[in-house]
Amino acid sequence: MGLNNLRTFYQALVLDHASHPRNKKEMKEATAIQTVHNPSCGDMVNIFVKVQNEKIIDVSFTGSGCTISQASASMLTQSVKDKSVSEALEITKIFSDLAIGKEHTSDEIEKLGDAAVLTQVMQFPARIKCATISWWALEQALLKKG
Amino acid sequence: MDKEAITKIRNDFPILKQKINGNRLAYLDNAATMQMPVPILHKINSFYQTSYANVHRSADTLGFNATKQYEEARGKVASFINAADANEIIFTSSCTDSLNLVAATYGEQNIHEQDEIVLTIMEHHSNLLPWQQLAKRKGAILKYIDLTESQTLDWDDVKKKITAKTKIVAIAHASNILGMMNPIEEVIKIAHQVGAVVVVDGAQAVSHFPVDVQKMDADFYAFSGYKMLAPTGIGVLYGKKQLLDQMTPYRFGGEMISNVTKYDATWADLPQKFEAGTPNIVGAIGLGYAIDYLHEIGMNRIQTYENVLSKYLMQKIEKLDFVAIYGPKEDHTGVFSFNLKNIHPHDVATALDMQGIEVRAGHHCAQPLMHRLGVESTVRASLSFYNNKEDIDQLIAGILETEEFFNGTK
Repeated sequence: MGLNNLRTFYQALVLDHASHPRNKKEMKEATAIQTVHNPSCGDMVNIFVKVQNEKIIDVSFTGSGCTISQASASMLTQSVKDKSVSEALEITKIFSDLAIGKEHTSDEIEKLGDAAVLTQVMQFPARIKCATISWWALEQALLKKG
Repeated sequence: MDKEAITKIRNDFPILKQKINGNRLAYLDNAATMQMPVPILHKINSFYQTSYANVHRSADTLGFNATKQYEEARGKVASFINAADANEIIFTSSCTDSLNLVAATYGEQNIHEQDEIVLTIMEHHSNLLPWQQLAKRKGAILKYIDLTESQTLDWDDVKKKITAKTKIVAIAHASNILGMMNPIEEVIKIAHQVGAVVVVDGAQAVSHFPVDVQKMDADFYAFSGYKMLAPTGIGVLYGKKQLLDQMTPYRFGGEMISNVTKYDATWADLPQKFEAGTPNIVGAIGLGYAIDYLHEIGMNRIQTYENVLSKYLMQKIEKLDFVAIYGPKEDHTGVFSFNLKNIHPHDVATALDMQGIEVRAGHHCAQPLMHRLGVESTVRASLSFYNNKEDIDQLIAGILETEEFFNGTK
């Protein structure tokens, strides 16, 4: 059945992040907040970042959405926490590139942490936006107030 | 329609025979767009190969024949919805374009500060935003008719919201989410009693049951070609002649004029007044072919058959206790919006897609209705006359697999 294919995408790691999202909370002391909507489904993600001396000392998210968007936001927070702003922007670019089928080296992909599994989203073109929405929000937040 | 008739119809749609993600295709996204049958494709192809020319311009043979076919298509549309006069049919680019035309012309001319525009909360964005923005421009008041507990149009609220101040009532003939038809004739009667003009959005109606604009006494009626077997980029606005006559043009350019001088111009008669520039010629002619095709099957037969399918789907889906269905359970049209417990509609749509079942997931361009229903989005399966019980069985099996996949592994 076609769901075998689905299993490789929605693997245990993704399902785990979606049902037990990490860092899903509002952050009062954030230095930048960015909200992004997915206009096709009405989903919304808020990204909160706290930057000090060019370093992301805390990052969290709120919002609602599908398994992919929630898992992606959760993985994102783990990938960029304690990274410098420029490193985080680089990671964000790697993720966005992979999601649209561009290639990166394995060293670069490793920087994504758990989120690397989500780059399989390219096999499901209709879902790329779900996976990337929180990363766009992060990028905008960082550029707004690096 | 018997099985043989359906098989014959399905043979006209080769797209239905292909595999999607390794599985039999169950195309259940007809509310978004309908597929085009081979006879229409052939006729369009033949028109391009033998008769293609611009309309209303040239005096040559090809130009004359293309114009003749384009105007014949207008005549077919007029008789399809029982308009009194072919000149009451304006070709636009879509249902959305038709509704914008009314808001930008009739609305702009006739709506003033404190006037009331009444919509229903179930309108999709095409029949909501033009009125919302018109109201903002004019300082008019926007009012929404609410739903009953069973998620149909609240009749008491209709009578409450439509008042002496109401100038326009905009309402869908059939909902693109709730799976029901509105009591359109009764609403129009109430609106006319207070002197309001009624704009009916027929996008989800025209390919599913017979429409009679004179019988319902609609002032304006809008729909799109691609939801009734025709190409995209063609839409229709029906308007009562007396209303269209008093409206100013919407767009300006070629073929919508009577006479132009350096500093002034006069306008062509209906319907050219509203069809500036070269229109979607093949779209309009294709729409005419679509009407021929629908007539050949018969709109009453289509309605009867789709009712059988809808009942079958409802019977099966309402047995699944983890599925929430929106809209009324009785008298359901072929549009089914639903959600699976604890699974986001996007995840459901991907899982169904992997099983060859094409549905839509999202807010279906009706965010205020989603808000009213208390959800962000839904899954929507929508039927047409070329679907069969096998498609529905596949959907139900697909839903069961999806439920097991997500809620069994978590």
